[in-house]
Amino acid sequence: MSNADATGARYSWGADEHLFVEMAEAMSLEAYFRSMAVVTELRKRRPEGVIDICPANASYQVRFDPDTLAPDRLESLLREIEAEVGDAHDFEFETRIVEIPVLYDDPWTHETLMRFRDRHQDPEATDLEYAARINSFDDVQGFIDAHSSAPWMASMVGFVAGLPFLYQMVSRERQLEVPKYVRPRTDTPALTVGHGGCFGCIYSVKGAGGYQMFGITPVPIYDPRQELPDFKDFVCFFEPGDIVKFAPIDRDRYDELRGEAEAGRISIRKRTVTFNLEQFTADPDAYNERLLEVLNAD
Amino acid sequence: MPIEVTKPGLATTVQDRGREGYYHVGVPPSGALDQFSLVAANLLVGNPADAAALECAYMGPELHFTESTVVAATGADVELRLNGEAQPAWTSFAASSGDVLTFGYIKRGARMYLAVAGGIDVPEVLGSRATYPLGGLGGYEGRALQAGDELAIGLAGEETVGRSVPEELRPDLPNELEIRVVMGLYDHLLTEGGRETFLATSWTLTPVADRVGFRYKGAELDMVRREQPFGAGSDPSNIVDAPYPIGSIQVPGGVEPIVLHRDAVSGGGYAMIATVISADMDAIAQSAPGSNTRFVAVDLEAALAARRERAGRVSRLQGVLD
Repeated sequence: MSNADATGARYSWGADEHLFVEMAEAMSLEAYFRSMAVVTELRKRRPEGVIDICPANASYQVRFDPDTLAPDRLESLLREIEAEVGDAHDFEFETRIVEIPVLYDDPWTHETLMRFRDRHQDPEATDLEYAARINSFDDVQGFIDAHSSAPWMASMVGFVAGLPFLYQMVSRERQLEVPKYVRPRTDTPALTVGHGGCFGCIYSVKGAGGYQMFGITPVPIYDPRQELPDFKDFVCFFEPGDIVKFAPIDRDRYDELRGEAEAGRISIRKRTVTFNLEQFTADPDAYNERLLEVLNAD
Repeated sequence: MPIEVTKPGLATTVQDRGREGYYHVGVPPSGALDQFSLVAANLLVGNPADAAALECAYMGPELHFTESTVVAATGADVELRLNGEAQPAWTSFAASSGDVLTFGYIKRGARMYLAVAGGIDVPEVLGSRATYPLGGLGGYEGRALQAGDELAIGLAGEETVGRSVPEELRPDLPNELEIRVVMGLYDHLLTEGGRETFLATSWTLTPVADRVGFRYKGAELDMVRREQPFGAGSDPSNIVDAPYPIGSIQVPGGVEPIVLHRDAVSGGGYAMIATVISADMDAIAQSAPGSNTRFVAVDLEAALAARRERAGRVSRLQGVLD
C-alpha cells in the first residue's frame, strides 16, 4: 500500500491479523492527536471482529479477526474515518490529568546507573548530569525544573504491561532529548522515571531497559494482583491519552508515600478534564496552566 | 492437590488460548505459543479446546499425581514415561494416584503441551488462565512453575483414555523451516539489497528464543541511510516508537532479526520489516535453537488462504477427537 493520501497516513498489513497505520514519520503532537482522533472515532464505531485498538505516538494499529471482519472492509473504514478527522485541529476528548510524585536523583536508580556506567555515553557523569548538559541547562536543577513544570501526554502505553511513553506538551524547541544508553542495561528498578529520544517513561516493572534514569516514583502504576484502590477495575493505571504532571518530592515524602503504598492505601491524584486541541494550540503554556489548576483544585 | 511438581523443567507455564483485548496497554495475548498442539492435547483428554494446560519448553517437568486422571502430551517429539514406562505421545492415557510422569530429551520441536482431564485450575485473570511472566500476571502466581508447586485440576468430563491424533494431523517439526511472511510495516527502510538478503538467507535460530521473541542470526541487512525523523533514534533501524504486531519481525541494528510471539513487547523503536502469517506461528513455536529458517514473502490473500487451510486442520482434529 502507498502513502499517497492527502493527509499522508500510510497503511500497511501486519500479516492477516494487524493493520498498521502511520500518521507521520516524525513525532509531533499534531500527528499524535490525529492518530488519537481516528482511534477515538473507531472505538465509537467499533465493528465486530476488532480485537485491539492500539494508539501509539505517531501511529496506531488495529488487531482484528479476519474471519469476522474482512481486511478490506476494515481498511476502508479506517480511511473513511481518517478523511473525516482531517487535520483534527479541533479534536476534543475527555481524559484524566494525574500527578506522579518523583524523587529525582534517588539512591536506587543511582546505584543502578553506577553499575552500568560502561554502557553509557558519559561514564563520568550521572544520567541527570549528562541530560542537563546536552540539553544546555546550567545545572541538574534547571533540567529537573523543565522536566517537572510542563505536563506530559501518555502518547502510548505498552512495551510491557502498563508502561506509559510520555511526550511533553511543549513546542519542539523545548523538547528534552537524550539518546538511549549505548547498550541497554539488564536491570532497571520498577517505577524508574526514564527518558529516551524525545520520550519520557515510567517503568511499570523491574527489568531490562535503555532509557536514561532520572528518578523514581513511590506510587505503583501496575498491580497484577489488583490490591491497591486505583487497580480495583484493572491491572494497569495508565491509558493512552492520560496527561501526567511530575511533582518533585524529597526523601521524607518518598518514604511516607512508599509506606502508604505498602500498606495498600495509596491513590494517585487524578482529575477528569476535557482536552481541546484548538485551545491548547492557541497558547500551550496558558492551557497547561489551566490543566494544572484543575489538577490542584481542592 | 492432584498434581505435585517435583521438578519444574526449564520453563513450564500454565497456558490456554490467551487473553485478548488488552494489547493497547501492553498486556500481550499470551497463551500457548503452539495453539494447534494445545487444542489437540485438550481434545484428547475431553477438555474444551480453550482449557488451560502446561506448556513445557525444551525440558519437561517431573510431575507426581496424587489423584487418578487422564493426561495427554502433544507438541515436540519427546520420550514420555509414566513410572519409567514409555507412553505414546498425541494419545490420552490414564495416570493413577502415586504415578510419576517424566519427560526425556526432546528429539524434534521445542515445546510440549500436557493436558489433564478437567484442565489446570488456576484463577482466571482478565478472562484467561494464561501466564504472562514478564508482567507477573495470570497462570500459577504469574510465573513459571517451581519445584514444590501444587496444581489443582478442574472438573473432568467423560473419560477418554486411548484417544489418539492420527499421524497425518500431527505437525512436521522440521529442522529446516519455510516460514511465510507478509512484507510491509517499515520494510521501505531496507535497501533493495537488504530485502533480498532477508529473503535469501537461511537464518539460524539462536538460544535467545522464548515466549517474547525468537532471535535469529545469519546475515546483516543493509538499511537505507536517511536523516532520522524527529523522535526516532539515531540508528538507521530506529523509528518513532510504534506498535508491534504479534509475529512482526524487527531487525535492531540490521542484525539478528527477532520474531515476536504471544508474550510480545507491544511496541518500541525498532523498524519491523515483515510479519509472520498467523498460520505459521505454531511452526515458529516449535522451531528449536540451531534450526534453520527461510522467510518466504507472500501476499495478504495467500496469508488468508493459509489461515483457512489451518482452520480446516483444526476442524478435522475436532472431527476425529469428538
